[in-house]
Amino acid sequence: MGTTKKRSRHYVVSRQMDQFFFEIYAITQFAGRFFKEVFLPPYEFKETVRQCYNVGYKSLALVSVTSFVTGIVFTKQSRPSLAEFGATSWLPSLVAIAIIRALAPLVTALIAAGKVGSNIGAELGSMKVSEQIDALEVSAINPFKYLVVTRVLATTLMLPLLMIYMALIALMGAYLNVHANEQVSFVSFFETAFRSITYLDIFSSVLKSLIFGFTIGIVSSYKGYTTTRGTQGVGIAANTAVVAAMFLIFIEEMIIVQIINWFRAG
Amino acid sequence: MKKMPAHINKDNVVISIRNLEKSFGKNHVLRGINLDIYEGENMVVLGRSGTGKSVLIKILAGLMRPDHGKAFVLGKDVAHLNYRELDQLRLKIGFSFQNSALYDSMTVEENLCFPLERHFKHLSNREVDLAVKDALKAVGLSHTIHQLPSELSGGQRKRIGIARTLILQPAIMLYDEPTAGLDPITSQEINNLINEVQNRYHTTSVIITHDLTCAKAVGDRVAVLLDGKFVNVGRFATVFASDDERIKSFYDYNFVT
Repeated sequence: MGTTKKRSRHYVVSRQMDQFFFEIYAITQFAGRFFKEVFLPPYEFKETVRQCYNVGYKSLALVSVTSFVTGIVFTKQSRPSLAEFGATSWLPSLVAIAIIRALAPLVTALIAAGKVGSNIGAELGSMKVSEQIDALEVSAINPFKYLVVTRVLATTLMLPLLMIYMALIALMGAYLNVHANEQVSFVSFFETAFRSITYLDIFSSVLKSLIFGFTIGIVSSYKGYTTTRGTQGVGIAANTAVVAAMFLIFIEEMIIVQIINWFRAG
Repeated sequence: MKKMPAHINKDNVVISIRNLEKSFGKNHVLRGINLDIYEGENMVVLGRSGTGKSVLIKILAGLMRPDHGKAFVLGKDVAHLNYRELDQLRLKIGFSFQNSALYDSMTVEENLCFPLERHFKHLSNREVDLAVKDALKAVGLSHTIHQLPSELSGGQRKRIGIARTLILQPAIMLYDEPTAGLDPITSQEINNLINEVQNRYHTTSVIITHDLTCAKAVGDRVAVLLDGKFVNVGRFATVFASDDERIKSFYDYNFVT
């Protein structure tokens, strides 16, 4: 056996860091292609509606349970702190602000990243490794438009609706808890809750949900669409779609909150 | 080997490959190949796994771009078509994938309707139904119309994959390993189907395979791809009468072992 010469590879920082930045670059290019293709005909209305149904309607049960429990638990946990100052009457305001400003967009996005993101990653990954994406292409059907654009549109459009739905159900949960302890009426609870909410709060939450929905759609589609290494790759695509989407959602949350707070202060 | 069918039109070259090269990193899979395929001909490309056979038909279908050289399909250089031109060309090409590539979430009927409804929007529901039934009848699987791909056997999936391409009435059929993973009887059925498609639809076909039985049964000519080059092109009997040790060993391995 001859002597083996160790091959050296040159990385800008390290292998992992180079890969990370390459991935960011590739996802950005993927998003760029989305914006290029979304405005060009043919428009896939039927498939987009089908994907909206998959993303929105099929997530309702999970969002309902999670938001109802979140509303109850958050109210229950907040009461002792307010009770110390005799300020339990502020509970509806506190809960409404917390839910509408922060919890509803974030929790909805995390649920969607887990449920919808993994689904998109696995589905597109499976289609990729079984050559179904190539089959679409050779049938003169643009697979990016048919598979990716429709899914990204669906997650982007459905997340704000799911977020609003989640906020209302969470507030219902909060109301039940407040009513059971403080005997506050339905009208009184919601009047107090909404008095503390501004248009900026609602606007920022809808904006956040749009961005989170777009992120989930793009990241999970990218992971699925670029799957390699057969069935093992499908599992990796589903898993990394969720992890990457959640990671980006938290980063975006921090940035958007900072920007909104500048507006609020101004 | 079957006799060269009379309907092969040697005056009309449907696919012309010129100095085609393709590499993946340092792996040079195609090293400047040349080939002409005539109208109505079944051309078999033979070679061991990993020799670039599938790469060749993916280039012909516009799924991959060559590094150098040209691939003319119906007179058009595939690598230099824009997206719209490529789509127009693809409507004339049927591609049968190695793993059939049927859409999992759709029934057999939906798999067949899907390309038809998208490209021929003027067709009525009745016309689409008739086309689906006709394509299924052509592959002998009318009874599977409401089944999902997961409920079909490997051979049935291959046939449905072929039916899905036939429904658009392509001028060219590209078969990627049509008999891979099938038992000898089912393989023979697929070989018969490939010949039936040629006779009934007058297609020009490129069949990628490493199965000599398939090559012998369906090929008007065979091209042996070794080390990135065609080492012999001609009728099956002529090619395998060659003294080239590489071709002989390929033959011996298929028919002796």
